[in-house]
Amino acid sequence: MDNAYEALADEGEEKHWAFGTGFTAALTGVDRALPAGVERADLVVYCLMLGDDALIHAQRLAEWCSRAPELEEDVALANIALDLLGQARLLLSRAAEVEDAGRDEDALAYLRDEREFRNVRLVEIDCGPGPGGDFATTIARLLVFSSWRLAVFQRLTASADPVLAAVAAKGIKELAYHRDHAAQWVLRLAGGTDYSRERMIAGLTQVWAYTDELFTTHPVETALGGVAVDPADVRAEVAEVLDTVLSAAELDRPEVTQVAALAGRAGRDGVHTQALGHLLAELQHVARSMPGAVW
Amino acid sequence: MDLEREFERVVAAEHRVEPRDWMPDGYRKTLVRQIAQHAHSEIIGMQPEGNWIGRAPSLRRKAILLAKVQDEAGHGLYLYAAAETLGADRAELTRNLVEGRQKYSSIFNYPTLTFADVGVIGWLVDGAAICNQVPLCRTSYGPYARAMIRVCKEESFHQRQGYELLMTMMRGTPAQREMVQDAVDRWWWPSLMMFGPPDAESANTEQSMRWRIKRHTNDELRQRFVDMTVPQAERLGVTLPDPALAWNAERGHHDFGEIDWAEFWRVVKGDGPCNAERVAHRRQAHEDGAWVREAAAAYAAKKRERAV
Ligand SMILES: [Fe+2]
Ligand SMILES: [Fe+2]
Repeated sequence: MDNAYEALADEGEEKHWAFGTGFTAALTGVDRALPAGVERADLVVYCLMLGDDALIHAQRLAEWCSRAPELEEDVALANIALDLLGQARLLLSRAAEVEDAGRDEDALAYLRDEREFRNVRLVEIDCGPGPGGDFATTIARLLVFSSWRLAVFQRLTASADPVLAAVAAKGIKELAYHRDHAAQWVLRLAGGTDYSRERMIAGLTQVWAYTDELFTTHPVETALGGVAVDPADVRAEVAEVLDTVLSAAELDRPEVTQVAALAGRAGRDGVHTQALGHLLAELQHVARSMPGAVW
Repeated sequence: MDLEREFERVVAAEHRVEPRDWMPDGYRKTLVRQIAQHAHSEIIGMQPEGNWIGRAPSLRRKAILLAKVQDEAGHGLYLYAAAETLGADRAELTRNLVEGRQKYSSIFNYPTLTFADVGVIGWLVDGAAICNQVPLCRTSYGPYARAMIRVCKEESFHQRQGYELLMTMMRGTPAQREMVQDAVDRWWWPSLMMFGPPDAESANTEQSMRWRIKRHTNDELRQRFVDMTVPQAERLGVTLPDPALAWNAERGHHDFGEIDWAEFWRVVKGDGPCNAERVAHRRQAHEDGAWVREAAAAYAAKKRERAV
């Protein structure tokens, strides 16, 4: 009889282990020193901003796992979540490395509290499969987020921090796929049935209220000239991309009031919606309830 | 009749049967049922481990787990595609699943209660699946055999990843070691049940063996699994919850205790801890997604119309 295990396990073949080789290999040979003239604390915060965006969005997308409208979409959404999780790991690892205080990606992901998270609020809100949204809302968020992040990452490839530049270079291919995937669904849902068109419009309206925050310059981004991308610079470009998709889908750009910040502060300053605390409770529970455990 | 004799000769000579070849009705039906149940198992199998994606305690483990559950969706897709080569309709097979008319592996009707379950499922459940499925890579129906080669390759990664998680946890805190042992205690017997009823009570075995759909009996595969797993358990430092488990030098195999077949049949017949929940989850996803699938179909139809 076949030896079931030996027949299949090719020892030394590691590429199917998630991030077995790809994770570190992505940045091999990149100069990891702190770039000259950069304030350490600023770079840490900037890496957290971009890393937290990816981590929290991945957490939300993974909620669809085993719940997507069709199996092919289950696979696609998991792929996108995995890409973002990979970006998050690289960025949180960079934050930890620059911070140089003995923390690592997991300490940053699992042991920070709500107020220390730096993601934009757009990625934390419930856009489905929970009661806060549905598939159209999820797609609307994915379209806006990936269009914006792709534009930021394209500029970030020229960052004076070689690590950020490398993360961006790796990420733009992934983000272009995410944006394309979302755009295809916007076309299908807007042009499908009356009901799906209604859902698509409602989804876009819901997420549009969180878009201003994406283009608001944070003091850290100003301080990190040459290293960070000023998101205000990509506003026109992203608007053009979104308008192209919307007009192909024969949809109008939603006219909505933006969800207010708190005395000018929002996600980038750790001032979030109520949703983030619940999301983190789930994300962090096991890691926090077993101090000293190794995983 | 001649066709039937020729078919028997072809499979007995270990040749592959391909979709356009003539095949007996019984062969086609048996295969559609087996492949559909297998596909359903992959899809339902996403739920127990999917339960822990949101809470995975490190980012690396989260990525591994999400990738694994995604693989299971992929396995379901290959298998539904293989069933379609026999004339089955995927939408109908899905209806059979969500309306509870077709079965899936009973192992997925047990709950995942701690993160250690993720490791134990990889080790024992994917491990048992590999034992069952490696012989299927040489099954007589070509598309099924080819799908199984891809599936088995990925299952073996799942198994190694599960075992590696458990190894890591066993090197951790006492609480982690306890957690692993507790998970082993809960999953060991259900894993042995994955090979199906004892040969004496297995209705389909003989015909399936003659058609080369199946190549080994349930009891043979179960024994093989026990023999492979015992040394792995020792290396891990866990105790398998069976006082009767002992090496039998005469047989060259491990003896093991009596499986609780009453429990097995109870779970198969629908009264396991999670039967209702698993099917309801699948049905909910299917129903919630109906408007999306309808929209995609309507959009594709409009596009075709415009293209004409
Ligand atoms: Fe599988
Ligand atoms: Fe698997």
